[in-house]
Amino acid sequence: MTNVTNTAGAIAPKPAPVLTPGREVWLSLKSNRGAMVALGIILLTILCAILAPVLAPHDYTTQNVDLALTPPAWAEGGSATYMLGTDGIGRDILSRILYGSRYSLMIGLIVVTLSLTLGVVFGLVSGFYRGTVDSLIMRLMDIILALPSLLLAIVIVVLLGTGLTNAMIAVAITNIPHYARLTRAAVMTELTKDYVVASRVAGAGTLRLMFKTVLPNCLAPLIVQSTLGISSAVLDAAALGFLGLGAQPPTPEWGTMLADARQYIDSAWWVVTFPGLAILITVLAFNLLGDGLRDALDPKLKR
Amino acid sequence: MIRFVIQRMLLIIPTFLGAALLTFVLIHSIPGDPLQMLLGEKVIDPVRHQELLDQMGLGKPLPIQFIDYIWNVLQGDFGKSIQSKESVLSDFFARFPATLELAFCAMLLAIVIGVPAGVLAAQRRGSVYDHSIMGAALTGYSMPIFWWGLLLILFFSLNLGWTPVSGRIDLDYYFDEGTGFMLWDSLMSDQEGAFRSALSHLILPTIVLGTIPLAVIARMTRSAMLEVLGEDYVRTARAKGLSGFRVVGIHALRNALIPVVTVIGLQVGTLMAGAILTENIFSWPGVGSWLVNSIYQRDYPSVQGGVLLIAGFVILVNLTVDLIYGLLNPRIRGRR
Repeated sequence: MTNVTNTAGAIAPKPAPVLTPGREVWLSLKSNRGAMVALGIILLTILCAILAPVLAPHDYTTQNVDLALTPPAWAEGGSATYMLGTDGIGRDILSRILYGSRYSLMIGLIVVTLSLTLGVVFGLVSGFYRGTVDSLIMRLMDIILALPSLLLAIVIVVLLGTGLTNAMIAVAITNIPHYARLTRAAVMTELTKDYVVASRVAGAGTLRLMFKTVLPNCLAPLIVQSTLGISSAVLDAAALGFLGLGAQPPTPEWGTMLADARQYIDSAWWVVTFPGLAILITVLAFNLLGDGLRDALDPKLKR
Repeated sequence: MIRFVIQRMLLIIPTFLGAALLTFVLIHSIPGDPLQMLLGEKVIDPVRHQELLDQMGLGKPLPIQFIDYIWNVLQGDFGKSIQSKESVLSDFFARFPATLELAFCAMLLAIVIGVPAGVLAAQRRGSVYDHSIMGAALTGYSMPIFWWGLLLILFFSLNLGWTPVSGRIDLDYYFDEGTGFMLWDSLMSDQEGAFRSALSHLILPTIVLGTIPLAVIARMTRSAMLEVLGEDYVRTARAKGLSGFRVVGIHALRNALIPVVTVIGLQVGTLMAGAILTENIFSWPGVGSWLVNSIYQRDYPSVQGGVLLIAGFVILVNLTVDLIYGLLNPRIRGRR
C-alpha cells in the first residue's frame, strides 16, 4: 500500500511553489471590493456571535413589561440603554439580534455540512458507478428538485415535528440535489483525465480514487455552492421560523422574531424592521462572497 | 424533433410517480391519526373506529393504499378533503386561479423590469448603471421576502395608506367569480371601482413575489448579453452601420434570451415556494395558504393532492420550457 502511495505521488510532480492555488484565489478575491466587504461583514457577524454575551447590553430573555415597545434610541421617546428599542414584552432587540447571529451562523454551517456531505457522497457514487445506481440517485434528486424547496421543507418539518433541529434537517434535505449534481458532473469530467487513469492503473481502490484522487479536483464548484448554500439555508430556516415551523419562541432566531413582531406592525416599526435587516445583511454578505469566490475560482466565468 | 418531444415526455413519468411516492410516504409517516383529528376530543368505540378508517380507505396496507391512490389520481380523483368534505381537486382549483393570477403578475413584473435592466447593465458594463442594477439585483436575490412584504405593508399600507393590507378585493364589491381571476372578473362585473380595488390589492403581493425572479432574470440577462455582445456577428452588425438599438435590441437580445427563457421556466418552482410565504403575509386566498392550513389541520388527502398538483404543475412548466428550448436551439435536441 505504501508503494502505491509513492507511485501515485510521483506521477503528479509538484510544481515550483511560486503561487499556490489557494494564494492565487486569495489574490483574485482581494481585488474584488464587494467580496472583501462581504468577508468583513461575515467576520463581524462571527465576532458578534462569539462575543454576544459581552456585547449584548441586556440579557436576551429579560422582559421589562413597563418598557415594552420602547422606540430605538434616536427616535422620539427612545432610550439610550435600548439602542434598537424593545419588543412587545420589553426585551432588548439589539441583544436578541446579537444572540440571533449565533443561530443563523449555526444554521448555515450545519445545513451546508449536512447537505454537502450527503450530496458529495451521492454525486461520487453516481459518477463512479453510473448505470442503475446513477439513474436511481439522479431520479431521486430530480424529484426533490421538482418540489418547491420550501414546500418540501414544510412537509418534512411537519413529519419530524417543529423545532430548529428538524427545520435544519428539512432544509438540508432540500439542498442535497445541488451538491449531488455538481459533484457528479465534476466527477464525470475528472474520470476521463489521465491522472485518474494513472492512479487506477497504479492500483488505487475505488474509495481512494473517490475521496483522495478525484474529489480534491472537484472542490472549486463545491466551495462556491457551499458559500451560496449558507445564504439560502439562513433564508429558508428563517422562513420556516416565520411560519412557526422552525425555531420556537423565545429563541432569538431572526425569522421567529419576525413572526412574533407581525402583531406590532401597525404600532412599532422597529420590531419588524431590525430582525429582517439582520437576515438581509447576512444573506447578502454570503451571496456576495459566493459570487466573488466563483470569479476567483473559475476565471472563465468572470465578466 | 418528435423523438426529442417523446423522450422528454416519457422522462417526466418517473419523476411524477416519484413525487407521488415521496409525498405519500412523508404524509403517512406524520404521527397522528387523521380520524382522531376529525373527532377531536370525542371518544369512539374501537370497532367503529376501524370501520370508519376502512370507509376512508385508511385501514388497508400502505402499498395497497398507494396503488389505489395512483390509480385514482390517473382518473382525476385526488380524494376528498377531510376538512371541507369536498373533492381535493375542486378545492385546489377553487384557489388555484388566485395563485396563478398572482404568480403571473409577479413573473410579468420580473420580466418587464428584469430584462431591460439586464440589457442596460450589460451595455453600460462597469458604469454606475451596471453597478447599481447589479447591486439592487443581488439585494433582491438575498431578500427574505416575508420581511420585504411586512416592510411594504408598513410603508405603503400603514404609513401612506395607499394600498390595502390583505385580501383580493374590498368587501364592498360582490360579484360572481366567473374565471376566478379577480382582475378579469372585476373588469367584467360593471361595478365601478371594482377593478381598481382588485388592482390595488394585487400590487404589493406582486412586488413581493416578483422580487427574487426579477433579480435572477436581471442577472441572467446581463451575463447572457455580455456573452453575446462579444460575438462576431454583433461586431459585423455594428460594422454594417446598424443603429445601436438594432444591434442590441434585435441581433443580440434575441440570442441572449435563450438562457433567459430557461431561467424563467426554472423560476416557476421559486414562485410556488414564494407564494406560500406571500399568501401567508397578505392573507391571499390561494393554494399556498390553503396548503399550509391543510398541513396544520393534518388533512392528509389535501396535503398530498396539493403537493402533487403543485409538483405536477412545476414539472409540466419545466417540460414546456424544455420543449421551447429545443425549438429555439436545435443543438440541444440531439443531446441527452
